[in-house]
Parts: sequence; structure tokens; C-alpha cells
Amino acid sequence: MGKYLLRRVLQLVVVAFVISVLTFLLVHLLPGDPTTVILGPNDTAANRAILLKQLGLNYPLWRQYLTWLGAVFQGNLGTSYLNHLPVTHILATGAPVDFELIVISQVIAFTVAIPLALATSRRPNKPLDNVATTGTFGLLALPPFVVAPILVAVFAVGLGWFPATGYTPFTQNPAQNIHQMILPSVAITAGSIAVYYRLLRSDLISTLQQDFITMARSKGLSSRRIMWRHAFRPSSFSLLAAAGINIGALIAGTFVVEVLFVLPGIGYALVQAVEQRDYLVVQGIALVVAIAYVLIQFLIDFLFTVVDPRVVRE
Amino acid sequence: MPDDRELLDTGASSQLLGDRFPGMAATDEAVMAISTEHLDGDDVLAARPLGFLFWFAVGWLSLVLLSAVLANVLPLQNPNFQNYSALNQAPSTAHWLGTDDLGRDLLARLVVGSRVSLIVGICGVAIGLVFGGTAGLVSGYKGGRLDVALNAVSFIILAFPAIVAVIAIVAFWGPTLLHITIILGVATIPLMFRVIRASSLSFAQRDFVVAAKTMGATDTRIVLREILPNVVPVTVTFSLITMAGLIVIEGTLAFLGLSVSLPTPSWGNLIFEGTSNGALSTNPYILLWPALSMFLLLWSINLIGDRLRQRFDIREGLL
Amino acid sequence: MIGRRRGGRTLEFADVGSHDGPLLVVDDLHTAFRTPRGTVRAVDGVSFEVSEGRTLGIVGESGSGKTVLSRSIMGLLPPRDVLRSGTVHFGGHELSAMSETQLRTVWGAELSMIFQDPMTALNPVKRIGTQISESLLLHLDMDKKEARATAIELLRSVGIPSPEERVRWYPFQLSGGMRQRVMIAIALACAPRLVLADEPTTGLDVTVQSQILDLLAELQRERHMAVILVTHDLGVVATRADEIIVMYAGRIVERAPTRTLFRDTKMPYTRALMDSIPRLADPSGARLDAIAGRPPDLVHPPSGCRFAPRCPYARDKCREQDPPLRTVGSPDHVFACWYPLVDGASTAPPVPVTLAAGTAGAAPAAAHPAPGPEAAP
Repeated sequence: MGKYLLRRVLQLVVVAFVISVLTFLLVHLLPGDPTTVILGPNDTAANRAILLKQLGLNYPLWRQYLTWLGAVFQGNLGTSYLNHLPVTHILATGAPVDFELIVISQVIAFTVAIPLALATSRRPNKPLDNVATTGTFGLLALPPFVVAPILVAVFAVGLGWFPATGYTPFTQNPAQNIHQMILPSVAITAGSIAVYYRLLRSDLISTLQQDFITMARSKGLSSRRIMWRHAFRPSSFSLLAAAGINIGALIAGTFVVEVLFVLPGIGYALVQAVEQRDYLVVQGIALVVAIAYVLIQFLIDFLFTVVDPRVVRE
Repeated sequence: MPDDRELLDTGASSQLLGDRFPGMAATDEAVMAISTEHLDGDDVLAARPLGFLFWFAVGWLSLVLLSAVLANVLPLQNPNFQNYSALNQAPSTAHWLGTDDLGRDLLARLVVGSRVSLIVGICGVAIGLVFGGTAGLVSGYKGGRLDVALNAVSFIILAFPAIVAVIAIVAFWGPTLLHITIILGVATIPLMFRVIRASSLSFAQRDFVVAAKTMGATDTRIVLREILPNVVPVTVTFSLITMAGLIVIEGTLAFLGLSVSLPTPSWGNLIFEGTSNGALSTNPYILLWPALSMFLLLWSINLIGDRLRQRFDIREGLL
Repeated sequence: MIGRRRGGRTLEFADVGSHDGPLLVVDDLHTAFRTPRGTVRAVDGVSFEVSEGRTLGIVGESGSGKTVLSRSIMGLLPPRDVLRSGTVHFGGHELSAMSETQLRTVWGAELSMIFQDPMTALNPVKRIGTQISESLLLHLDMDKKEARATAIELLRSVGIPSPEERVRWYPFQLSGGMRQRVMIAIALACAPRLVLADEPTTGLDVTVQSQILDLLAELQRERHMAVILVTHDLGVVATRADEIIVMYAGRIVERAPTRTLFRDTKMPYTRALMDSIPRLADPSGARLDAIAGRPPDLVHPPSGCRFAPRCPYARDKCREQDPPLRTVGSPDHVFACWYPLVDGASTAPPVPVTLAAGTAGAAPAAAHPAPGPEAAP
């Protein structure tokens, strides 16, 4: 166990290092220069030289990187050029919004996908299964940027059941918060439902043909019990793997709904920063989100070893 | 892009559950197996004709492709021409799909906008195939240290959340069609590498390759003549899925304003236009056409990819 | 180990002991599967009885229908594309007419099954203790503590060392023989009256095989259980069954008490099965007497006797008319053959010599698929 953790931590460190180098290089190797933006109308060669020196951008790259890395370790990711807030502050206020979106979305996804898969895997190719398969296939064709506007058009503008924009923190007013978060959460859920359903259904069908299911039947266990206690357990592992893979798509989705519904999350801040050329913010957010993403992957990998008794921890 | 890695990972979970029918030698078990196996559906589906839906999907895809390619020749109106006397009109004989809040013809904008999605999708996949695919093909076959290194590199690259990387790079490089296509194409390279490498690897270990070697075939010949034809089916299916994924990413970027910028139309920013400035209440058509078209396009591509997969690899695909 | 039954959930099997007649009666059971190739008639008219506490052996090659038979008796068939007719009576109740919900009160409680491959028949992600206590909790009125203690005792009774520890193990941590013991423990947990053991020892080492069979026999004695041993190996049932049924192509071709079967074999097929068992006394290097040919196609079985294509004594009558199950002398011993063996020798009439055979007077041995083994019990 110790060996396994050590290996994983090492891998994590390597990947995090590579990510940090890449995000650092973004600012410095690609065309475009923070100085032009900051200076604006005062963009003269002399001013540029002064600014470069001020920002520490005239040192050799490796030195800049180390300085930057040092700052990062101290928790300083830089400051936004525009509103002068530290990047860490932006991240700290935005994270709960995204977290809530993702949690609600995944709860919906599992609540829909799991029972549906359990129901259809017992009678494959019967009407319910065909409808479900076609339906979820359609869900795959509804990425957030397509489905979110439609949801707003129908439910917010058309029926007026939900607000089209706005955000109140959960701690302030839970009911209103949930009310506001429903549409955006649903908007990013389509793909998850499709992926989880198809995967689980396929795995269940496979599992149900195993001998131990017949054995369980021969013990007199009811169908429901067999599905939940015997079939679902081994098949759920693939769901865990799918969840990990899905996170990337979810992150992309949250960006879209934040912009459309004007939710103060990390994605919204990122997009704003890009539009306004607030480079340090972009860089800081990219770094943190990337590392969080990698952490989640590793976490899920670890969960696998905990949950599945057969997986050997090297 | 959630779909692609399912192909790789779910195979492992099925293996963990052991062989399906250990006593297959006995006809009793085989009989039981036959009667339960076709419940799986795939065997039966493979024998089925491709079906009406499939051809509908092909039809739609062809329509979109053709109209994009022939846009300059078709009798379309100018997508950027603002006709102030025809604002927010519903579909009519003058404007088949209506006009937007600046009087621009929606049909023209739709057709021209499709180009962005298609170019990014097709060229992006092409870049991935050419670089990642060939690397994977060769690497999977030859193995060795280069293979290990490439594998590690692709693992690291894939550990990065694509959307964030793309947004960041686009931020600094500038959002033009060329840049975006290149960025997304490059992002596809490690994906293609992994999938095609896995496929190539599985074939490289089979007997017919060993046989070819013993007959004195050179590596190049083996790769081209033996392995490549076998890898094609998986590649085609996966390419289609990836194409759909790229179109989604580009659409997302466009929606966020990080792709080709207005007034140049792309389906993503057309959808965005359909939601801004109260357009939803005044003229839902601005949203409707690009959203519907995008949905049909993605659905078609996924369907075609799925049907082809059913045809080609009955047991290996698990979607 | 017999606990109280959960009230209202079981059928009245308490009166099985007082029920007149045999415990299990199978009457003209047919089971066929609809497959893309056609309808496979896996079990084609099987009838027999088993009394309490007795052991029946069902022997046949792969494809004889024996596994389908055991599942069909229990009612454990796949829900679709299965055609079943005939009746199965168990303890006076008609099993074959019961719905799956009703059957569930019987399964595990009165009637249970031991599966062939314990690696796939045991849930790989559940501890073995849980898999045993499941039936206990379901059918008997136990609480979790009781069930766990009982599970440990069951493991002990099937010969698993340190059961207190092993009860928390997973199947993959056990050896093949151990897993099979666990299977037996599960099957016997609720003290069923009849156990169907489907190839319980195939795939195990020979020494382990006999240990498992001994274990089963001992437990059977203790609990006065009836056992049906399904196997392809005559050697397995030779010393452990009271009565043996030989199956071929979905039908019973011979049935007799064990000793009678070996001493007075009537069916050439049975004879061939016996002869194909290699004996220690045979000189090494002696060829195995396999039965030539393959089992018949169950979708389109041949007309006439189904064994005829492979039978060394087949005559025209055999190929044209299907021999019924009949008896000569004692009603215990039935067989389906036009020319049964008597004292080891075939009663088939000599085949008229045709001039085209070549050497005059020579028996046209070439016309038969394989030279028949000479009588030598």
C-alpha cells in the first residue's frame, strides 16, 4: 500500500511539474505580450522596457520560471491587471459555484442513468431498452452550448419557471440558490447521462450472463436483490472509471453555463480574463484547474483500489 | 470528449470479471450460451441492414458537407448584408429561414457558418491521424524504448484537461480559424496515438504477423500490408467520434467568444447570438436553426460511427 | 441446522416426509431452445424418479442434454426462447407449473444446485461468508449474528480450515478445491431435501475430486438428502450413485441400479462409455477407446436410433425406427435399444454379406464406424 501511494504521488508530482512548465511557457513563448495590454495607449519602446523590468520579464526564462514557481508555492499566483484581485481570491470564490454545479449535475445523472440501466439490461432490445438507447444517443448530440440556450428559451423565457441569470450563494439563501442552479446543472448533464447509462447497461448485460448470477437465482434471491446486490457491484466499477473521464467534459460544460447564466464561477472568470487579456489570471486559472483535474484522476484511480477487492495494488 | 476512452477502459472491466463461458467445450453449455448470447443484441444487430436512420444520418451529413463546399456557388444571399427593412423576419419565400435582428439572412449565415465546424472537425482529425495515427501504428508494432517514451508523453498530455489548454492557448495566440484548427488538431494527436497504438499492438502479436515475418517481410511491408488494414475499422469509428468531439469543442469555444469572432458566422457563435440581446423572446429562429443543425450533425456523426462499429467489431466495442 | 421457515413465504414442504411416493418425479420433460439456427431439442422426453436420501447419477457426453436437464428440473432456464413441456413434481408439488416467484421459495431452501465452475459461479466481489449467509437470511429465520455463526460452522463442515478467518475471504483467494467446498456449503446451507450437483468435480485435480465427492456423500448421509449427480464421467458415479441414468442426445438410453448397470449393461453406448475409461491396468501406450463420431445435431436429430451413426452394432432397423425405452425382466432396468447386449455380446443379427464387399465371408467391418469392443466386463 505504501509503495503504491508513493508511486502515485511521484507520478502526480511529475505531471504537476510538467503542467506548471507548460502554463508558464504559455505566457512567454507565444506571440503577444502582456505589456501591450497593460500599457495601452502609453505603448512606447521606453515604457515597455521599464515595464518589462518592473514585471521581471527581462530575466532569462529559467530564472523567471523559478521566481514564479517560488511565488506559486507561497500561494501567490499573481494579481489581475484589471480588478487587482489576487488570482487565488478569484479561484476561491469561483470554486464553490462550479463545485455545486458539478455535484447537482452528477447526482441527476446517476439518479437517471443507474435505474434506467438496471431496468433495461434485464430485457435488452425490448421496447424500453430501444427507447432508452435512442434517447441517450440523442443526449450525446446535445452539448451544453446547444442545450443550455434551448433550456433557457423554453423554461426561462418561455414558461418562466426558472430564472435565466443570477446567482445567490447557497449560504445566503439555499432555496433561491437551488432554484437558480437547476437549469445550468441540467444543461451540463446530458452527456453524463448518456455515457453512464450506455456504459453501465453494457457492463450489466455482460455481468448478467455470468454463472454467479444463475447461482444467485438458484438460491432463491429475488430479481431486484440480484440486480442491486450481485450484478450492480461488479459493474459499478466501470462507472467510476467513466466518472473520471467525464470530468474534463464537465469542466468545459461549466464554462458554457457560467457565461450564459452569468454565474460567478471559475469559467466565467477565465473567459472574461481571456477577452480582456488579463494574462496572469488566465495562467493562474489554467494551472490550478489542470492540477485539480489531475488530482481527481488520481483520486478516482485510488478509489478503484479501495472499492474493487480484486485490483492489486502494486 | 468522454466517449473515446470508453473504448479502452471498459475492456479492462470486462476482463476483470473473467471468462464468459468457461465450460464452452460442453455442448450443453454451448446450447445455453447460444440461447442467451443473442440477447446481447450485437450479433443480431450486426446482421441487420444499416437501417433507415443510418441513411438519414448519411444524408444529413452529406447535405451539410456539400452545402459548405458549394456555398460560394449556391444562390445564397450575403450572410453579412444587413437589410434594415427586413429585421427579425420569420421564414418566408424571400428568406427561407428568416432573418436576424440585423436583417441578415439566416440560411446564408447557417451555411457559411457550417464551414467552421466542418473544417475544424475534418482537418483536426486529419492532423491527429497523420501524426498521432502513424506514430501509434508504428510504435504499437515495434515497441521498444521509443514506444515507452511516446506512451508516457501521451499519458502526460492527456492528463491535461483539453478545454483549459485550448482556451489558454487561444487566449495568447489569437482566435483565428487556422490557429484553432491547429490547436485542436494537435490536441487530437495523443488520442489518436493511444487508440491506434493499442489496436496496432493487439494485431502485432497475432500469428499472421509472425508468419509474415518468418517469410522475410520487411517491417514496412508488415505495417502497411498486415497491420494497417486491420487497424482501419477501429480508426474509422474512432475518427468519427473524435470529429464529433472536436465540433463540440469548437462550438463551445465559439459560444464563449473564443473562436472565430463575429460577424463571421460559425454555428457556435450563431447560437450565442440567438441567446443575447433578448433574442430569445423576439426571434427564437436565430437560435433554432443553428441549434437544430448542430444537434442533427452531431447525432448523425455519432450514429454513423456507432453503426459502423457494430458492423466491424462486435465484441470489442462496448458503447 | 434446520431453522424455522419464514412464515407465509414457503410452500408447505413440511409435509414432504409424509408425502407418499418418491421425492422427485420427472415426467416426459422436454426442453428446447429457439436459436437462430433452429429449435434445439436439448431434452427430448425424459422421465425418472428419485426417492428421499437416494443418489441418482446422470451420465452423458457433452451435448447429451444433462446440464439442460438439471436446470430444467429446477426451472432455472433463461427467460426467453425456451420451450418446455412435461411435468416435474417435487415433494408432491408441481414445480413445473410454478411461477418464478413461487419457485424462489423452493430454490435454496428445499432444492438447490451445485454449479460446475466455482470460479465463475461465485460472485467475485463478495466475501464467501456473505454469499453463504445470503440464503440463510432469506429462507431461515435468522438474524445476522446467527447467520454468520452458521456460515462459519458450514465452512467447517465442508472441511475448510480456519473458517472464522476465511469467512471474510473473497473467492479469488481460495484454491479450486476450496471454492468448490464453499459452493457445497452454500448449496447445503438451508438443508435442502434435494441437491443437484452439476459436474461438481470437473476441472479439479483427481485427488481433490474424490475428496469433494466423499464430502458430498458424507453430508448427504448426515442430512438424509437426495442427490442428483450430473457428470460425463462414469467413474464418478460408479461408487457413489444408487441408480444411474445414461443420457444421449437429449434422451435416456439406459437406466438401472448401479451394480446392475455395470454387471448387465444393455446399451452399446453405455458399454462404449465404460470402455473409454482408461484403466490403470492397461499397459501404458495403449490407445484410448474413444467413441468415434460426434453427438448428433439437436436441431435436426437423425431418424431412428440417435446413436445409430456411431454404434458398432447398428442395423437397418436401428436406423429406421427409434427404439422405445423398454424393460426385460426387472422393472428397475430400462433401456432403448433394438439389439441390447446380453452378457456383453451384441444380440444384433449378422449382416447379410454383399458380394461388393470384396473378400467373401469376411464381415464387412468397414461398413461400421468403429470396431466394437469385445465383451469383457
